[in-house]
Amino acid sequence: MTWATVQALLSHWRVHRLQLATLLIGIALATGLWSAVQAINAEARASYARANAQLAVGQFDELRDPSGPIPMSRYVELRRAGWQVAAVLEGPYRVGGRTLRLMGVDMVAYPALPAVTEAEQSAEATEPADMLTAPGRLLASPELQPLLRGQTNLPPVLITSALPPDVILTDIGVAERLLNQPGAISRLVVLPNQPRDRLPLNQIAPELKRISPTTQVDTARLTDSFHLNLSAFGLLSFAVGLFIVNGTVGLAFAQRRGMIRTLRALGVSMRRLVWLILTELTVLALIGGSLGLLLGFFLAGALLPDVAATLRGLYGAPVTGQLTLQPKWVLAGLAMAVFGTLLASGHALWRLSNMPLLEGPGVQAWQSNSRARHITAALGLILVVGGAFAYISVGGLVAGFVLLAGLLTGAALLLPALLATALSALARTAREPVSQWVWSDMRAQLPGLSLALMALLLALAANIGVSTMVSSFRLTFVGWLDQRLTAELYVTARDEDQAREITTWLRPQVDAILPIRNVELFHETGPLFLYGVVDDPVYRQHWPLIASTYSVWDDVMAGNAVLINEQLARRASLWPGDELKLSSKHYLPIAGVYSDYGNPTGQAIVSMAQLDQIAPGAEMRRFGVRMPPEGATAMAQNVREQFALSPRVVVQQAAMKAQSRAIFEKTFVVTSALNVLTLGVAGFAILTSLLTLWTQRLPQIAPVWALGLNRAQLARLELLRSVLLAALTACLALPLGLVLAWVLLAVTNVQAFGWRLPMFLFPWDWLWLFVLTLLAALIAAALPALRMLRLPPADLLRVFANER
Amino acid sequence: MEPGDGLHWTVWISAANSWKKRKQIMLLTIDRVQKTYPGGRPVLRDVSLDLDQGQTLALTGESGSGKSTLLNLAAALDSFDGGEITLDGTRLSTLDDAGRARLRRNQVSLVFQQFNLIPSLNVAQNLSFHARLAGVEDTTWNSHLAERLGLSDLLGRFPENLSGGQQQRVAIGRAMAARPNLLLADEPTGNLDETASETVLDLMLSLVADTGAALLLVTHSQKIAGRLDRQVKLSGGRIQ
Repeated sequence: MTWATVQALLSHWRVHRLQLATLLIGIALATGLWSAVQAINAEARASYARANAQLAVGQFDELRDPSGPIPMSRYVELRRAGWQVAAVLEGPYRVGGRTLRLMGVDMVAYPALPAVTEAEQSAEATEPADMLTAPGRLLASPELQPLLRGQTNLPPVLITSALPPDVILTDIGVAERLLNQPGAISRLVVLPNQPRDRLPLNQIAPELKRISPTTQVDTARLTDSFHLNLSAFGLLSFAVGLFIVNGTVGLAFAQRRGMIRTLRALGVSMRRLVWLILTELTVLALIGGSLGLLLGFFLAGALLPDVAATLRGLYGAPVTGQLTLQPKWVLAGLAMAVFGTLLASGHALWRLSNMPLLEGPGVQAWQSNSRARHITAALGLILVVGGAFAYISVGGLVAGFVLLAGLLTGAALLLPALLATALSALARTAREPVSQWVWSDMRAQLPGLSLALMALLLALAANIGVSTMVSSFRLTFVGWLDQRLTAELYVTARDEDQAREITTWLRPQVDAILPIRNVELFHETGPLFLYGVVDDPVYRQHWPLIASTYSVWDDVMAGNAVLINEQLARRASLWPGDELKLSSKHYLPIAGVYSDYGNPTGQAIVSMAQLDQIAPGAEMRRFGVRMPPEGATAMAQNVREQFALSPRVVVQQAAMKAQSRAIFEKTFVVTSALNVLTLGVAGFAILTSLLTLWTQRLPQIAPVWALGLNRAQLARLELLRSVLLAALTACLALPLGLVLAWVLLAVTNVQAFGWRLPMFLFPWDWLWLFVLTLLAALIAAALPALRMLRLPPADLLRVFANER
Repeated sequence: MEPGDGLHWTVWISAANSWKKRKQIMLLTIDRVQKTYPGGRPVLRDVSLDLDQGQTLALTGESGSGKSTLLNLAAALDSFDGGEITLDGTRLSTLDDAGRARLRRNQVSLVFQQFNLIPSLNVAQNLSFHARLAGVEDTTWNSHLAERLGLSDLLGRFPENLSGGQQQRVAIGRAMAARPNLLLADEPTGNLDETASETVLDLMLSLVADTGAALLLVTHSQKIAGRLDRQVKLSGGRIQ
């Protein structure tokens, strides 16, 4: 009996092949977009974990000096006192125009560093002594091989896949030389198996602070918000895909009601039918899910290089641009496909299982849908209010996402009621019979199209929201670049002696020279880079302050105050009037907070004299040059020729801006791609809804045709109807998208990146999106309209046939 | 309805009747029409018949005899393979899709067994729909029809909330509101019980008689066919 029932159930798909294809595509799209995001996140997290494990980050306690580098004498004292610690010196190191992270570890104290032991076991193995004796060795990832090849000033390079990209590992002695910081130590790693009778830390080095692994700011934690953002977009795409599944399964079940009734009448129990349908859905979900995984894998592979670039640019996070297939990801994707399919089919299956035996196939009664519409609208309203309440009462990133989820889901549920109200109002204004019919017919079509229109609403709102955020960010960023990059030339000398030579040579020819000096300190919220500035009108006039005291620059230049960046202000809740601890001896009141987009770490600015007091000996190799812009190109060339400098270390303002803008554009490639894909999925949802509704449309269209409208007129009306519904949805999506943009800018961005942006409005972008939406609706409706145009009268006559 | 309206329609109907009696005009001519469905099965073979203005004709026959096909051809809903159909001087074979649509809009009205009302429009809107399409809407005439068909209290309702008999009365009202020359009805009582059938047929015949329209009605029932002026039986695609 089971096999016969299965054959009967499956025969539906043989007759409705397009429906089957639509269902599988819906599942595949939902799973594909979600899995792509998960693959990207998983790959990034695996990279962080690998890097942390290889470099022993976040595994052991660390000792740091909040006021700056640890002197070598302290290290020696600790080792003599029995402390098993390993010195680490790290800093940025430029090779061939690219900034890498150079990490020097005391290999004698910590020969068991995982990256080193792994490298020693590799095919290109070297004697351990080679690492410690001159000229030493550099360990780097294969990605850096082309960059490091031919660099004559560097020790021999050993390539190892044990290291993340952008990191060079070496012995601390080599690092001291390359970073030009002899005797300096960034941090001390407290190794396991410490002797019990060693002296306490506060007796040997009271200025050092012991930091446990749980409080260390690691990459994974720093990038959590970024990945959460990506996951939210993946979930949105998943939801939009499920709308297709829901619509297709709902129609398939409605069309199967007659068959189900017959099967039950022939003695198949409802319980057996439900189990068989559940099995059928699971099998379909697994097939669609597998297709989705394939799609997701390729999509993730295409997007990962940009995400890796973004994460490296924004957080300095080590992410490889290559994707590896992980069994866990495959299983999770398939589970998500099955879960999503069953979730999207649950309601239709429940209705089917509760259908009385004698109830006929039934024609969709559109008037009776008004009650369901009201209940759905009420639920939508509750979700919107609930989301807003959660955000107002709790706050924070999670509450921000609750607000977004409530807002988007609630608005989607409210959509049918809002559209029905709008169509009723428009129908009241209609005078001609055809227009009256068109409006009322559109209302009648709403139940069948509402899921596709909800998907369109979500996709459009996401599009408006994200593009408003990105465009606002772009506008602010460009303005901010103009304020921050005020010098016409930026020069990095080989060493301080050359820097002095260059400044002496330049000074009579230019308006001003602005030294760029900085030192890395440690704050409880993470690394803190302290910069010193000279008193120049350019800072007073252009520096992008977002909060300040009245006499901000006078106080800073007098050495009585400090400026901090927005990231530090938000992370540590420090604002003008509060005090910042720069070292055990230096506390300064905060006079202002400035925007610092694209920087993941905390930053502070003091006067140059104050910097020398806090961190004496901060190197002076970099400086900006102020001069008339028209002479900048010639001057850059002169400096390069005069001092034999490469173009990479004498950079013009325009080039820096272009580079910054390029990095910015890359940052949002992923979200923009997901946005476009989601809109595409919504367009597909409309197409599938129109196609699946096609058979139900004939009884509505045939009488009007019989009464004197020809097929060309009806085809035009089909197009118009689809375009009008899409236009109405787009109008409703605009306010929703703007609220979404506000939440993204004011809540999630602040949490994810540490900065808040002003919101700008872009009506031309909306107009363009509106036109695109109409075009998508027109394309989606073109096929059904073409079918209408070519429909043989015999098919329409079948509606009137008595023996049908 | 205002008292004057009743008088107005009485005058109009009696004028139409006297005009009908004075002049018997050939309205519909079906001349050796052939129709073959895809697959090569001939449905109609050289069928010919005439219908005068104001005349009522019952088309009977077994299932599959071609009755509904002939009605569809007369209504310009479908095209034929041979022969000619002339409606009020217009040769249907010369019309394109738009021309046939225009003819349906302005000359012909249809009543189907399945009622085929427009589900998204209410009774009042359905009633006036065809007349408005044809540009001949007369609200007084519509009110008169609604009253005669017993629909005055149902005007705001939607088709799904009506019984079969009520829906068929709306369909008749829609057809007659357009004041057609020719009313074509395909088993109009096929879905109704005996009482409702009687009511619907009475209303249809009285309205046709009052307005002077011709009626071509497809039916299985000899009882119904017997109430019309003429009967033609189709069998195997031929007139017997």
